[in-house]
Amino acid sequence: MAEQEHGRAHEATRHQNAQVHHHHRHAPVSRHEHGHHLLQVEDLSVSFRMYEEGAPFFKARQREVEMIEALSISVHAGEIVAVVGASGSGKTLLADTILGLFEPNATVRGRVWFDGEPMDAAALQRVRGHGISLVPQSVNHLDPLMKVGRQVEGFAHPDEPRRARRRRRERLFARYGLAEHVARRYPHELSGGMARRVLLCCALMDDPRVIVADEPTPGLDLDLAVRALDDFRSFADEGNGVLLITHDIELALRVADRVAVFKDGTVVEETAVASFASPDLLEHPFSRALWHALPEHGFLPGSPLDADGAVQLPGRSSLHCGARLVDDVSRVELQGGNGAGATCPNASEPSQGVGRREVRDRNADEGAGKGGSRA
Amino acid sequence: MARLVFRNMVKFVLLMLAVSLVTFVLVSVSPIDPVQANVGQAAYVNMSEAKRAQLADYWGADAPLLERYANWLAAAVQGDLGTSLRYNAPVADVIASRALNSLTLMATAWVVSGVLGFALGILAGANRGRLADRLVKGYCFLLASVPTFWLGLVFLVVFSVQLGWFPLGFSVPIGVAASDVTLADALRHLVLPALTLSVTGVANIALHTREKTVDVLESDYVRFARARGLSMWGVLRHHGLRNLVMPAITLQFASISEIFGGSVLVEQVFSYPGLGQAAVTAGLGGDVALLAGIAVLSAALVFGGNLVANVLYGVVDPRIRRSEGGEARA
Repeated sequence: MAEQEHGRAHEATRHQNAQVHHHHRHAPVSRHEHGHHLLQVEDLSVSFRMYEEGAPFFKARQREVEMIEALSISVHAGEIVAVVGASGSGKTLLADTILGLFEPNATVRGRVWFDGEPMDAAALQRVRGHGISLVPQSVNHLDPLMKVGRQVEGFAHPDEPRRARRRRRERLFARYGLAEHVARRYPHELSGGMARRVLLCCALMDDPRVIVADEPTPGLDLDLAVRALDDFRSFADEGNGVLLITHDIELALRVADRVAVFKDGTVVEETAVASFASPDLLEHPFSRALWHALPEHGFLPGSPLDADGAVQLPGRSSLHCGARLVDDVSRVELQGGNGAGATCPNASEPSQGVGRREVRDRNADEGAGKGGSRA
Repeated sequence: MARLVFRNMVKFVLLMLAVSLVTFVLVSVSPIDPVQANVGQAAYVNMSEAKRAQLADYWGADAPLLERYANWLAAAVQGDLGTSLRYNAPVADVIASRALNSLTLMATAWVVSGVLGFALGILAGANRGRLADRLVKGYCFLLASVPTFWLGLVFLVVFSVQLGWFPLGFSVPIGVAASDVTLADALRHLVLPALTLSVTGVANIALHTREKTVDVLESDYVRFARARGLSMWGVLRHHGLRNLVMPAITLQFASISEIFGGSVLVEQVFSYPGLGQAAVTAGLGGDVALLAGIAVLSAALVFGGNLVANVLYGVVDPRIRRSEGGEARA
């Protein structure tokens, strides 16, 4: 939060609204503090080594299945970026990857910068909870046997005295309208609204610059969800960034500054919310299909998100969950940028993805949204 | 709370009735003739018909089952468990003298197998798929398929016969006056039987704890805790233990019956004078009073174990403690 003032000094680094730059269009609030993105992901691929599905047990061969392919996304200081995609299409995997939580059989490639620093796998693991924080979906992400207060205070900061953390937790609770007795409750005793604020406090407790929020408003209707996200808005307004992962395009358009349309394991278009004013401003066919599916544009039959979800969910999630562990050593090959201080490299080589294409073909056969593949 | 106590007392009484009745029925339908079993084969063959009838009358072998049971029950309610035919002593005395040996043996094995199994289970679960996990799993599968008595024999062969570290059997040295037996002697005699019993008991709890550890480590709250910067072992220490210890405790208290069953075999192998050995003797000798006494005692122990598991469940898990009617979990 100390850098908050610096943001003003770099007003000049703002881009024009909707100006195309690094594969994306800016929103009015987007700004480049210190001349770089707060969080930048370039050409990220995540693949899993797993046995073929459906093959007889002893004949099943290992193959690489790409779940995320050549994905690029940026979060600027002061903005909320919504990643919008169908349920089960790998959005949570994106969150896990940014947090450096890799499955043992995963291979991760790509370049990630956090606050201008190139990150490798170890660096990503260092900054989770110390710069990048997760706000999870539900109260299930809290230890059911531990009182809420202690959990919000957390255990990953041994250098800060416990009493100091406790005082900060009390201040956060007061700020978010949580009474002190809530701290003595167990997670199952929280109401939905309390749980949301408690989970947010967990993240804020660690003083992050970027919050990755993974479907933080499940089961809320649109107006309530928008109001619940006010806290994220004020967090972003303080010069921080929010990566909001959601399947709800309406919610995204209401609260986010920019929208990244997620489809088939990649971001097909990253644009300002303003671009959704008219389909002509949208570049990708899938984004336009999303636009047409919005209620105020007449609900073209079959929301692409739903259709996509319905088709993709079984295939993808079974691929994901049914992964048999084939090796124990995490094969993580996340490279940092090669040039020191290289803030925004533009390189984007087409990446290989043999296994994943099979998945995509199958989906295409079943008539999922058209034009999903980015050639 | 009062309802909880009352319900468990009713359950306990019903259980005791059922166990003793089943014991009586089983003994009465068993082909063992108590007279023949108690005087010995040779004496029985040479015995006159009148003498046999007299002895049968004395041991109550001819009385109808229900009458015998009713007599025993009426006496038992007043605290008199009857007289053991084989030991020619009150059942309560026989049990008391042997329970001390058995309970020491079982308690040692119970604690050792619980602690060891829990630790191995966490180790394996946290290293799933790696060498440590494979070793622990292999050990558990091997032990789960090894008969207890055979393992006891192997231990005897290796540690008693070949290495000579431990005595061959019994709970005290042979030929030493009871007053001269030291604690060290008793412990030395305890080691092999307790080891046998612990080593086989480990498999169960280790495999369960391993599964549970894998579940916990894949849970959403561990994912979140790790996303907040905790290391794997930090997660296990702060969030894993309290979530893992609960099923382990339940399992361990519920496994008292298995330890009891195992102790019967182990005591036979090591000639260890405990309840298990007495139960075998009573069963083979048609000594229904002693058998019923031991059955009732062991059922009470197992019942107590399960009850403690239930109560502890509530203490550890706030979801049960804070919701009214903690007895709901059976």
